[in-house]
Amino acid sequence: MLNTSDILETIRMIQDECLDIRTITMGISLLDCCSEDIGTLCTRVYDKITRRAERLVAVGQQIETEYGIPIINKRISVTPAAMLIAATRGGDPVRLAKTLQRAAETTGVNFIGGFSALVHKGFSAGDEALIRAIPQALAETSNVCSSVNVGSTKAGINMDAVRLMGGIIRESAELTADNNCFGPAKLVVFCNAPEDNPFMAGAFHGPGEPDCEVHVGVSGPGVVRAAIEKYPDASIDELANIIKRTAFKITRMGQLVGTRASQMLDVPFGIVDLSLAPTPAVGDSVAHILEGMGLSVCGMHGTTAALALLNDAVKKGGVMASSSVGGLSGAFIPVSEDAGMIAAAESGVLSLEKLEAMTAVCSVGLDMIVIPGDTPASTISAIIADEAAIGMVNSKTTAVRVIPAIGKKEGDSLDFGGLFGSGPVMPVRGESAEKFIARGGRIPAPMQSLKN
Amino acid sequence: MKAVITVIGHDTVGILHKVSGICAARNANVVEVTQSVLQDLFAMFMLVDITGLNCDYSELSASLTKLGEELGLSIHVMHEDIFNSMHRI
Repeated sequence: MLNTSDILETIRMIQDECLDIRTITMGISLLDCCSEDIGTLCTRVYDKITRRAERLVAVGQQIETEYGIPIINKRISVTPAAMLIAATRGGDPVRLAKTLQRAAETTGVNFIGGFSALVHKGFSAGDEALIRAIPQALAETSNVCSSVNVGSTKAGINMDAVRLMGGIIRESAELTADNNCFGPAKLVVFCNAPEDNPFMAGAFHGPGEPDCEVHVGVSGPGVVRAAIEKYPDASIDELANIIKRTAFKITRMGQLVGTRASQMLDVPFGIVDLSLAPTPAVGDSVAHILEGMGLSVCGMHGTTAALALLNDAVKKGGVMASSSVGGLSGAFIPVSEDAGMIAAAESGVLSLEKLEAMTAVCSVGLDMIVIPGDTPASTISAIIADEAAIGMVNSKTTAVRVIPAIGKKEGDSLDFGGLFGSGPVMPVRGESAEKFIARGGRIPAPMQSLKN
Repeated sequence: MKAVITVIGHDTVGILHKVSGICAARNANVVEVTQSVLQDLFAMFMLVDITGLNCDYSELSASLTKLGEELGLSIHVMHEDIFNSMHRI
């Protein structure tokens, strides 16, 4: 028989420590839906998504009941929409976004990602039209997520795209100003975007992926924090081992759920994203793990080192537990989605600059950060350029998801609700980067790209 | 296929009887039971074979959860695979 303490440990993780499967995400290729006619394209896209993902939500719910483990979101990621728009020669991307929204509603998923463009080396047909349509598409849909890849280690950084995205983020916030500026919360600007990412808002189904597959994103900051708190006097290397053991268990659960979902849906299993994804719920915070290690507040000196340790141990523990690891894999540090980060930002200890340093050693980037409503587009572009540079040089994924709070300033806050949480407006440097951003062009690929 | 039923809460008369009654009515064969009572806290782990279940798994799960609510106990039913995969290499 199973060991009773093991049974109790699993139940405690789920009941008390917020362990859950964050998402089962079905990746669907839409390349075979291409048509010169936008109407035909939309019909094919709707039909394929609703056919492929017809049972996704039901299967997710069945697995929840069977294993007694909550699966918070069921999601879909699709081929970057710019590739489909390219074939239409001038079709309206917003119409495609609305089709994706309709497909999301029919299948009952929480989000659909892939209103995306990959422009790290330059714009091809359809890319610019899609990017310019993002603000309207995000304002007129509720479950569609968008992402743009503006740089990569291999290609460098497309500074024209960086310049464009600063304005797009601002425009998206302005168009949704009466809805908590929610538009940019569904928009991620990437460097080195992964093609098999199950997490929103940055999920899309890369062109190198199979026709259809299912990915799993795990969560569990609460479990790691609880494990650490049991050993208040452990040394750092002992801490790393504790985290590894915990991450292994969390990931095994993700692997089990993914394998089962793949069998039940009869599609290949893609990857497990080894992530510590926080939620605004009490006890589900990555910041609190860092504080559990001995920092008085997340964001103070020592935070980057603690996060580096955490991120590395999560990967080392998780990698053996899964047959295939991918996506973003690591600790997430979104501000508005993490109770500890919110508190640290409100107290003024956690700054944008510290967050930027933290992104050099963890999974993603500047995520869910509310910035003053009067931040100029060029400053947002400069934030994106900095972040993309960190990703490019370190051969890692970095991303920017900032939300300009239109009409608000430092001291105010935005409340998105649900998993998106709420965030205080964080100060941004007022000096101008206008001239640097206006130059446009491309930052050449770094030496790190010459690996062959 | 086996599932693990865990029952935790204050000890009262007839817990084992009621839980195994639900299993029997749904043709879930009890394979193994471990139980302990520490002071007033009752903890029981039951391994049941659900291969011959005469209803949906979700119905077994729902009726046990309902019994838990009636008796003021925490009752969970989970597929044994989750424990095997988390705790065994």
